[in-house]
Amino acid sequence: MKSSLSALSSSSSRPAVPEPRVSVWEQYKKCKYLLVMLIPLFLYYLIFEYGPLYGVQIAFKDYQIRAGIWESPWAGIKHFDYMFTASPEFYRILWNTVVISFYHLIFGFPAPILLALLFNELRIGWFKKLSQTISYLPHFLSWVVLGGLLITILSPTTGAVNAVLEWLGFAPIYFLGDPDYFRFTLVVSSIWKEIGWGTIIYLAALTGIDPHLYEAARMDGAGRWKQTLHITLPGIMHVIAILFIFRTGQVLNAGFDQIFNLYNPAVYSVADILDTYVYRVGLTQLQYSFTTAVGLFKNVIAFSLVLLTNYVVKKLGQEGIL
Amino acid sequence: MSWFSRMTRGEAAFQVVAVVLVTLLGVTTLYPFIHVLSVSLSSPSEAMRPGVHLWPKALTLDAYVHAVRLNGIWIGFANTIYRTVIGTLLSVFVMSLGAYALSKKHLPHRSAYTMLVVVTMFFSGGLIPMFLLMKGIGLYDTRWALIIPGLFNTFYMLIMRNFFMSIPGELEESAKMDGAGDFRVLFQLVLPLSKPILATISLWLAVHHWNEWFNGLIYIQDQSKVVLQIYLRRLIVENNDSDVQFLMEQATGSMAQIVPETIKAAVLMIGTIPILLIFPFIQKHFVKGIMLGSIKG
Repeated sequence: MKSSLSALSSSSSRPAVPEPRVSVWEQYKKCKYLLVMLIPLFLYYLIFEYGPLYGVQIAFKDYQIRAGIWESPWAGIKHFDYMFTASPEFYRILWNTVVISFYHLIFGFPAPILLALLFNELRIGWFKKLSQTISYLPHFLSWVVLGGLLITILSPTTGAVNAVLEWLGFAPIYFLGDPDYFRFTLVVSSIWKEIGWGTIIYLAALTGIDPHLYEAARMDGAGRWKQTLHITLPGIMHVIAILFIFRTGQVLNAGFDQIFNLYNPAVYSVADILDTYVYRVGLTQLQYSFTTAVGLFKNVIAFSLVLLTNYVVKKLGQEGIL
Repeated sequence: MSWFSRMTRGEAAFQVVAVVLVTLLGVTTLYPFIHVLSVSLSSPSEAMRPGVHLWPKALTLDAYVHAVRLNGIWIGFANTIYRTVIGTLLSVFVMSLGAYALSKKHLPHRSAYTMLVVVTMFFSGGLIPMFLLMKGIGLYDTRWALIIPGLFNTFYMLIMRNFFMSIPGELEESAKMDGAGDFRVLFQLVLPLSKPILATISLWLAVHHWNEWFNGLIYIQDQSKVVLQIYLRRLIVENNDSDVQFLMEQATGSMAQIVPETIKAAVLMIGTIPILLIFPFIQKHFVKGIMLGSIKG
């Protein structure tokens, strides 16, 4: 059982073996139809994946809509200078991004592992299957729809959650409007959405554990708990490790889709992350150059983190993604 | 219940705890859907009652009668279905061409091309440069803006490529002997053998298109091109319910008694029901797909 990302790597590193003394031109001529098949691919990647890199230059310019990307005047590192030294918001937004991401990591990451272990213990076939299927459901819906559901049930006046809290004797909580609770709401609702789906990869890893190990453990008198601790967990540890490392490489992605559909000005102070900030200040306040600089800052760090985590995974003797 | 009687006391107790915990999770997962469904089917006074809603009280379909008169829903459905069908078919078509070419070991510089494709998963020009690009090449505010930017999905294409590579080379060799070219081999041999993976990837793409809202938000201005998710977002998340208010002003009799909350709940259900209906049938393909992606073929 390899990591989910191993699909990316297979043989991409294996070079094609050129036949001796046949010119490259001859080789290409032999597979001209393959080249025709590659036309849409080349066009797409050139325009939509590499093309935007051309526009990144406006991070070093004062973009003017009339002048366009090329003709706009150069501004040096003005926008970066502003971002790091003068912007009243930048560090708060960076902090929010890292903190929210960190919460997702420490609370959200272990959740599916625990659930997978729990599913693994269930002995009633139909019940196990049914509960697994139900747990996958929220994964298939967008954060727009889930945002709508959460707004309804978390409402401080008519929501069900607050009705239950009040019934238990607590004061109602404005989960989506109170800066003290917003991040908590983010973490819990994201676990709610993805916990079931996240179990699949671990359950797949669990099927790879040799059943004889359990038999032997039972002979030695190990109970369920001991078996889980000494056989099951070590058996899926490599999957956990790889997914964890790759997840840390995503630390600057704090969940744009979720936050964008749940946040509001009352909680900007704790919820505004790099991505939401770039959207709002860039596209709605039209500060193209400055937010391109913010985006560039994020993307450079994210890219370095991916390279770093990939390096770590390879050092551990597992297959990386690059 | 022989499995139960064979258990020790401790194991049986553990089993009960596990079942209770998993049941709680299931209830928590389903409750928000049940709540909104109940509200959408309840009378206005019941719907506005704070608290837990497990089933509709004072059952009425008024909210749905109102909701289906919202033009935006139908425009949204039409655009969403359009992008889902066209976007999925086009993506699968061009990705299978690319994946097939990249699966051929005799393609010169194959690893370089693969690398060019793979590295794009790890960087991006960022939101603003992408937005300016879309404006610059004239895709802004066209339905193509909903389809073209995600036309290739690198991860899915590599899964396809790996699958193609797992097909025994002898099959293709013998087809080539019979004079079939690359295109014929792909369409008449490789693709028919790859139906399971094509089906899985099509489902992934279709669900993605159905749920995608961000491109619909930033690239679409024209109200006739708005997708369903954006209409839902406007009505429920942004709470911009002028459409609903307009409907309510027009209503007479019992229909005028309605509150916007029930209509919004109805709209939310109408937007969710298509996924709820097909979900039980497609989820197993998704699960299989994860395995395909994780275990090398």
